[in-house]
Amino acid sequence: MAILVDEGTKVVVAGITGSEGTFHSLRNRTYGTDVVAGVTPGKGGRDVEGIPVFDTVADAVDGTGANTSLIFVPARFAPEAIYEAADAGIDLVVCITEGIPVRDMAQVVAYLRGTGVSLVGPNCPGVISPGRSNVGIIPGEICTPGRVGLVSRSGTLTYQIVHELTQNGIGQSTCVGMGGDPVHGIGFIGALERFEADPDTDLVAMIGEIGGDDEERAAAFITDHVTKPVVAYIAGFTAPPGKRMGHAGAIITGSSGTAQAKAEALEAAAVRVGRTPTEVAQLVRTTLS
Amino acid sequence: MDLYEHQGKDLFAAHGIALPERVVVTTAQQAAYAAERLGGHVAVKVQVQMGGRGKGGGVALVHSPAEAAREAERMLEEGFGGATVTRLLVERLVEIAAQYYAAISLDRSAGTYLAMVSNDGGIEIEEVARTKPDAIRRLHVDAVRGLRPYHARRLTGHLPEEARMGAAELLARAYEVLADVDATLVEINPFVLLIDGTVMALDAKITVDDNALFRHPDVAAMRDSFPIDPTEKRAKDAGLQYVKLDGEVGIIGNGAGLVMSTLDMVKRAGAEAEAANFLDVGGGASAEVMATSLEVILSDPSVKSVLVNIFGGITRCDLVAVGILEALERVTPEVPIVVRLDGTNAEEGRRILAEANHPMIVPADTMLDASERAAALARGGPA
Repeated sequence: MAILVDEGTKVVVAGITGSEGTFHSLRNRTYGTDVVAGVTPGKGGRDVEGIPVFDTVADAVDGTGANTSLIFVPARFAPEAIYEAADAGIDLVVCITEGIPVRDMAQVVAYLRGTGVSLVGPNCPGVISPGRSNVGIIPGEICTPGRVGLVSRSGTLTYQIVHELTQNGIGQSTCVGMGGDPVHGIGFIGALERFEADPDTDLVAMIGEIGGDDEERAAAFITDHVTKPVVAYIAGFTAPPGKRMGHAGAIITGSSGTAQAKAEALEAAAVRVGRTPTEVAQLVRTTLS
Repeated sequence: MDLYEHQGKDLFAAHGIALPERVVVTTAQQAAYAAERLGGHVAVKVQVQMGGRGKGGGVALVHSPAEAAREAERMLEEGFGGATVTRLLVERLVEIAAQYYAAISLDRSAGTYLAMVSNDGGIEIEEVARTKPDAIRRLHVDAVRGLRPYHARRLTGHLPEEARMGAAELLARAYEVLADVDATLVEINPFVLLIDGTVMALDAKITVDDNALFRHPDVAAMRDSFPIDPTEKRAKDAGLQYVKLDGEVGIIGNGAGLVMSTLDMVKRAGAEAEAANFLDVGGGASAEVMATSLEVILSDPSVKSVLVNIFGGITRCDLVAVGILEALERVTPEVPIVVRLDGTNAEEGRRILAEANHPMIVPADTMLDASERAAALARGGPA
């Protein structure tokens, strides 16, 4: 099982002929992911180390049966790539691209709502089900197969925590990088819902950060709908209000979006909140044993 | 990016929103001339990228050019809320019958925009929301269809009849401004009904989405008018994500979440040291980017120790190590640099640093260990 990606995932990469697109397509394939196609307008008919390139996603789907789109194209073209994937019958879109205007994303999310297409990202590291499929840029070698589900707003912080879990001998069912933008696809709630239903997941680790109220809403969802244990981490306790901390979504506005408020909301929902990545790994271990 | 009021008002004017007559000035003398030209009864308002001006002495209502000059001089001298003030808006006073509030902002939870109108303007909207929730009408606006006339009528239906049409018009135009410049916030507090029946915006607070600036070069150019910390400017010119903070441990990391987490851990280390900055080198940082980052951090006089925390994914730790050594050829550090490398090519990176055997480099094995060492060193303690 796992969630979102597994052995049945067939990936078409938008922007496969760009340097990042090529590098990560091949890296994902080496990991064992079924990377079946790439799309670059005007370059249909070529191939990237044996992966066929098509002019459109529809052609790629017809030709290869791709069901998942992985997007690397620059910010100004990424919304187009998401619409195209959705219209071509793709089930899951994973958008790595950073810097997409939020208005474009608000329109994309409104469009996807009626389609049944799932979106992860943008501005995210992707999704990996260790040992099964890696769709994105998470380094596969830091992960190990197991029964902890992980969902995070951050990239490298996810790696840090996965690394600590792996070092503690704790494997992962699926790691979902939901991305650091204010308007995004699957969030904590979407991931928690799927992990709750996944027989291969025993515990969920969620990694949040300042800004917005995703964590607070997740806390409410956990209270009502999640029976599996949840461990959390929040970054940005020392972040000053009003300053964007790298991610477009990581900003404390007025008195809302602070790490403290998020940690309290989660603790009120019986979630154990670690104060450092190391403590998170320890909490996961003690909760599981 | 938060615009100054006068910049927001120029955008309002371009979309046909009624505004008081106004002049931007940079000296007390200009303020006096402007006041004279506008009839003597004017508001003098500091132009800063923050709210709370009314309560904090950033707005003065005056009744003569001499008084305008006096207030202008005070504001330019004192600054506002810790920020330097270099420009003021001088605005003709108008005869107000009633004050209201309007805002359209990005609602992250809903993934779209939220429009709000309050029939009680001029005070904090949070205060109104708490004490008189019925005064506020709210409506989500679909990002594709936009704010339609019926939305505007619905949102302004609780205003007195004589203000309704003008307010609905103002709201429709405010949404045009938002869509036109990719704003995430357009707030008008207050907008007013004048004695003569005109509906007018007295303030303009606009936040523009940084990610969308590439398609608005005219708005992006406004950036040059904002004061910026010299270290922050250097980092920005080099394409780094940098935020100046108040502590003494210079931080360099890759990825916003990891850097934020590093700031937290330095503080938690208990040595009473805090981060001097947030600096994210981004994904796939080259040796050159690392070298520039280190130069930027070392040029900040408040930095007493440096912590480089890299978890390589796309970023290769060997290149990070090379970049650190390159930087140390260009600048001579007077403070210790704690380095923690993990992930892609970490062993190679550690080996490069070990071989260089630089006296100011302190290697650390884990993020926890690195944070504790950097915090202790900043306080003059041993690593």
